[in-house]
Amino acid sequence: MTTAEAGPTPQVGAARSRKEDARLITGRTMWTENITLPGMLHLAILRSPMAHARITHLDVGPALEAPGVIAAFSGRDVADVQGSMPCAWPVTEDTVVPDYPPLAVDEVRHTGEPVAVVAARDRASAMDALEAIEVDYEPLPVVLGMEEALAENAPLVHGDQGTNKCYTWTFDSVQAGTGGDVAAAEADAEVVVKRRYTQQRLIPAFMEPRSVVVDPTGDQITMWSATQIPHILRLMLAMVTGIPEHKVRVVAPDVGGGFGGKLQVTPEEFIAFVAAQRTGRPVKYTESRSDTMMSGHHGRDQIQDVTLSARRDGTVTGLSIRLLANMGAYLGIVTPGVPILGAFMYNAIYKFPAYRFECTGVFTNTTKTDAYRGAGRPEATFAIERAMDELAAELDMDPIELRRRNWIKHEEFPFTTVATLTYDSGNYEAATDRAMELFGYDALRREQAERRRSGDRVQLGIGVSTYTEMCGLAPSRVLGSLRYGAGGWENASVRVLPTGKVEVITGTSPHGQSHETAWSQIAADQLGVAFEDVEVLHGDTRTSPKGLDTYGSRSLAVGGAALVHACERVVEKARPIAAHLLECDPADLEFTDGAFRVRGTPEAAKTIADCSLAVFTSHDLPEGVEPSLDSDATYDPANFSFPHGTHLCATEVDTETGRVRIRSYVAVDDVGRVVNPTIVEGQLHGGIAQGIAQALYEEASYDNDGNLLTGSFVDYLVPGAPDLPHMVTDRTETPAPDHPLGAKGVGEAGTIASTPAVVNAIVDALRPYGVTDVPMPCMPERVWRAIRDAREGAPEGSERS
Amino acid sequence: MIPAQFEYARPSSVQEAVRALAEAGEDAKVLAGGQSLIPMLRMRLAVPSTVIDLGGVSDMRGVRDDGDALAIGAMTTYADVIRDPMVREHAPLVVQATETVADRQVRHMGTFGGALAHADPAGDMPSVALALDMMFDIEGPGGRRAVPAGEFFVDYFTSALSPDEILVSVRVPKLPGWGTHYEKFNRVAQAWAIVGVAAAVRRSGDTIEKARIALTNMGPTPVRARGVEEALAGAPATAEALASAAARADEGTAPTGDVSASSEYRSYLATVLTRRAVAAAAGIPQDG
Amino acid sequence: MSRISLKVDGVRYDDDVDPRTLLVHHLREHLGKVGTVVGCDTTNCGACTVLMGGKSVKSCTVLAAQADGQEIETVEGLAGKDGSLHPVQQAFHDSHALQCGYCTPGMIMAAVDLLAENPEPTDDEVREGLEGNLCRCTGYQNIVRAVQDAAAVMRAEVPAPRDAGTEPMEGTRGTTSPAAEEVAR
Repeated sequence: MTTAEAGPTPQVGAARSRKEDARLITGRTMWTENITLPGMLHLAILRSPMAHARITHLDVGPALEAPGVIAAFSGRDVADVQGSMPCAWPVTEDTVVPDYPPLAVDEVRHTGEPVAVVAARDRASAMDALEAIEVDYEPLPVVLGMEEALAENAPLVHGDQGTNKCYTWTFDSVQAGTGGDVAAAEADAEVVVKRRYTQQRLIPAFMEPRSVVVDPTGDQITMWSATQIPHILRLMLAMVTGIPEHKVRVVAPDVGGGFGGKLQVTPEEFIAFVAAQRTGRPVKYTESRSDTMMSGHHGRDQIQDVTLSARRDGTVTGLSIRLLANMGAYLGIVTPGVPILGAFMYNAIYKFPAYRFECTGVFTNTTKTDAYRGAGRPEATFAIERAMDELAAELDMDPIELRRRNWIKHEEFPFTTVATLTYDSGNYEAATDRAMELFGYDALRREQAERRRSGDRVQLGIGVSTYTEMCGLAPSRVLGSLRYGAGGWENASVRVLPTGKVEVITGTSPHGQSHETAWSQIAADQLGVAFEDVEVLHGDTRTSPKGLDTYGSRSLAVGGAALVHACERVVEKARPIAAHLLECDPADLEFTDGAFRVRGTPEAAKTIADCSLAVFTSHDLPEGVEPSLDSDATYDPANFSFPHGTHLCATEVDTETGRVRIRSYVAVDDVGRVVNPTIVEGQLHGGIAQGIAQALYEEASYDNDGNLLTGSFVDYLVPGAPDLPHMVTDRTETPAPDHPLGAKGVGEAGTIASTPAVVNAIVDALRPYGVTDVPMPCMPERVWRAIRDAREGAPEGSERS
Repeated sequence: MIPAQFEYARPSSVQEAVRALAEAGEDAKVLAGGQSLIPMLRMRLAVPSTVIDLGGVSDMRGVRDDGDALAIGAMTTYADVIRDPMVREHAPLVVQATETVADRQVRHMGTFGGALAHADPAGDMPSVALALDMMFDIEGPGGRRAVPAGEFFVDYFTSALSPDEILVSVRVPKLPGWGTHYEKFNRVAQAWAIVGVAAAVRRSGDTIEKARIALTNMGPTPVRARGVEEALAGAPATAEALASAAARADEGTAPTGDVSASSEYRSYLATVLTRRAVAAAAGIPQDG
Repeated sequence: MSRISLKVDGVRYDDDVDPRTLLVHHLREHLGKVGTVVGCDTTNCGACTVLMGGKSVKSCTVLAAQADGQEIETVEGLAGKDGSLHPVQQAFHDSHALQCGYCTPGMIMAAVDLLAENPEPTDDEVREGLEGNLCRCTGYQNIVRAVQDAAAVMRAEVPAPRDAGTEPMEGTRGTTSPAAEEVAR
């Protein structure tokens, strides 16, 4: 690695503003929906209004008669060619993986499920024609709740499977050899905290609705899609439809957010693929917001039973988790695996000596769940951080003190946890101390005491969340051991052009994460070229043939390492050429300050650009040297990386109405070494906002018939600017020892950390009333009810004076 | 989402508009600012044969001094209502409530009359109209008639307007000497009110002389909190008297439940918000 | 069909449109102004915000026919002919007020509208003023900062110097501890 002192300004670590912005702030963006091709048809999809029904009659004939319509077909019409939507993560040998036709054939299992499609010359005609399609449904019994679905004689989502259970996956530290028995711990415990938490269903709500364009007219069928995963999508299209992989090209152009919601291969992509092939014409489908809310995948939706055993001094002796995870009606690309990612995180930053986790996946007549920012880890962090606060209350101990007594000390890293992971590095003490200082912890505690004493209508609460997460998905071997269908490596390649400009090709696929900027910073440092002289190419299987895309805070942690290695190879390829130009021995050269210099005579230097021109002409290269400076590298991480941090939240709760106001929010995160602090801070802001949204505002809910009650932004409350607090963010920096840049990953940290901080603060405000929980989202009525119920059932003395 | 097809007419006078509406028949819809209608058209929850756009009727815009009242043209946008010096002076409650409606963009297009004619009980304007006892000037084939706010709101999204009539303007009494306040409670800034309370109170020294209170989203129409009004009339302007009066806020209401609040909570909230609204309107200090 | 005439970003267009055509679809599909985007169907997200007659509107909730005779300004018309960015655009860039960028055209137009009415807003007024625009990436914090910085520039004041960045044009965040400054705010 270069350590520049007098050379070019180091880019890694600098607060560069973004390359991406130029097109985004001027409206010159290539969203999928902006693409128009000659002869293109517009698709409209008819969706099921029923949560569970048999399709007894479906005739698209009348739609074909409608003005402008070129084609229309149902699931039955394409049953032989449409294939079944893939699930890449059956977590156990006996995981039930039901057939999942893109267009329903005989039966619909959730509202919004596609049943027929119309292709027309314009979008309005396609929508109009939907109304002409004849379809009759015979209602079948609906099952929505997980416990109800597991009950005997429950209606079956998939009658042919004989059960609504998808799988049960367990981990036990006794069997793993990493710890003791939780039952014994509970039996011996001085204090046991048992709690049930519900992770409500959330909608990812990326701002750009999904859109797909398919052009079947070339030798390669090309699909543009608003996706996080162009590479995986291409592979799945090939595997599901039987079209040879090399005959498919997938492009993710500018993509407007994902948050896991576009970590999916969707029925709509497959329907468009089939429609393009059937019509022989380019087609476009862009969903409406209501479509995406109704039938795009949702996140969370788990019921968590937590048992924490402890001694009275605060030492936790065992943790047991029983989880129900709602799969929805079908399995998406990683649906079953999402809660399993959480399995490794319930023990969090603590040295728990015994741990057991059991998760049962359940089918219901709801749209499928899948990854949403954090995917498993926010749920786990919420449960443990809430339970730790409950234990602290039980022990009448400061919640931070309780955490200190249990967490891994900084000198104990690397630390192998009871859940088998080896945490690479961290300093929980430093982050917590800094957070408390910024927050003014002691002063707020004093104010809280004063408000309690005076019986203030508005009570103050302080919420603590100390979290870690595993990011950088993922070591391929670990994924294999968890029965995931792919590896976790990432690829990068570097092309040095004759003029010394550089193209970086990455297999990651950004949709807001600023890879074009950050990757330029990395390559600039590694190659000694200017930041402006690097172009980052991504998201097109034609230019970026190899990659595993962007999710799980993996892009920098895995893809960034691949890029460093690819750059290092370029430098090594340039070395003999530079030596030749400098007429010296390659061994006498060092690459410092962006150029090759002869040790001891730093004034004689050759840059990568000098070498690239020599390579281009190739008139005078040393014997046996290949005329190329291009290289690529594929990096498979040996371990996850483990960012961590301490988030503190102060809430004011109006005890009369139940309204919650976040008064202050402090986040001190340690995400390892930082490539661009501005981008990191932005990721934290957005992540924290989404976590707050889960705590206070958002919930996807169904009525008893399985109709989504929150099918638009009118009822599904994504917070606006007035609904979110100003956040104070800071960092500590503990480098990742296994990463060439020391970087960890930041995409999900804010979301993982913030939700329990907020809810802990609300409950903390209301402890004097006897409140021990408020279900999420903590909307005013729920807070009000919690106070009222606690008062009604409360023992004497818990009433405010 | 794209609306179903419709015919479109853009009259330039009230008379033309009434004629166009008569010609278009029962399936026609009147488009004012469109901020409620167009989303319904897009979702195809409304499928009119003809849309009569009043955007070209310039004499339906603007605010006029009408003696004891202000006459606000039905096509005056929210934004223009908020900015209008006469409204600011004589009807601060209208300004305060209008500022809470939706967002800037919607307030630039949405109209005062459109919001009232839409008769959404969750909208903020109807309860304000009720509390201020506004008078609705309506024109139809049979000529002009005036309907008081108390008779204008009939049911969910149903007003006293016949299908062939148009709301032309609304007269807002000036109420000198009254204090007013609009108390809105919603879950996020953009959201509709869970409950809203529009209060107009006249004090005489330490006594509340008269109070007019109307509730948003507490039933199929905006509703007057008559019980509270009765209790407040002649009551001392004290926190205690107010609290006991406000406890009657849910009398005669029929709130529904939805994902954001149950009917029970709405009923409770109405009492709390009524207390707060009257306190603010009447300048009665509250504890805590 | 309705005959309509619009001036969009300084260019006049005369077209026959189906009356049901939404302004945003007219802009995108007939006039090629794809910089303005659609994010929802319930007038909540504000991604489609443009200025009509100088005032912000949600172009998904305006019929093209309603806009007849109006002057429309979209994000594509904000920058100068020489490519110089509008202060709000520049501030969004400088303050990292966008990530995926999908809400950005509408957010920028809403901010331009807000500052035209209130050139010196408080942070709370900025937040309230942008309540009609949803962003899922930024948590709004840097958007608020960008609007404040743009306001300062537009008031022809020199923006307060911030921590040194790598170059004066782009200087944004300090590299280590912005927090102290934030606490002070």
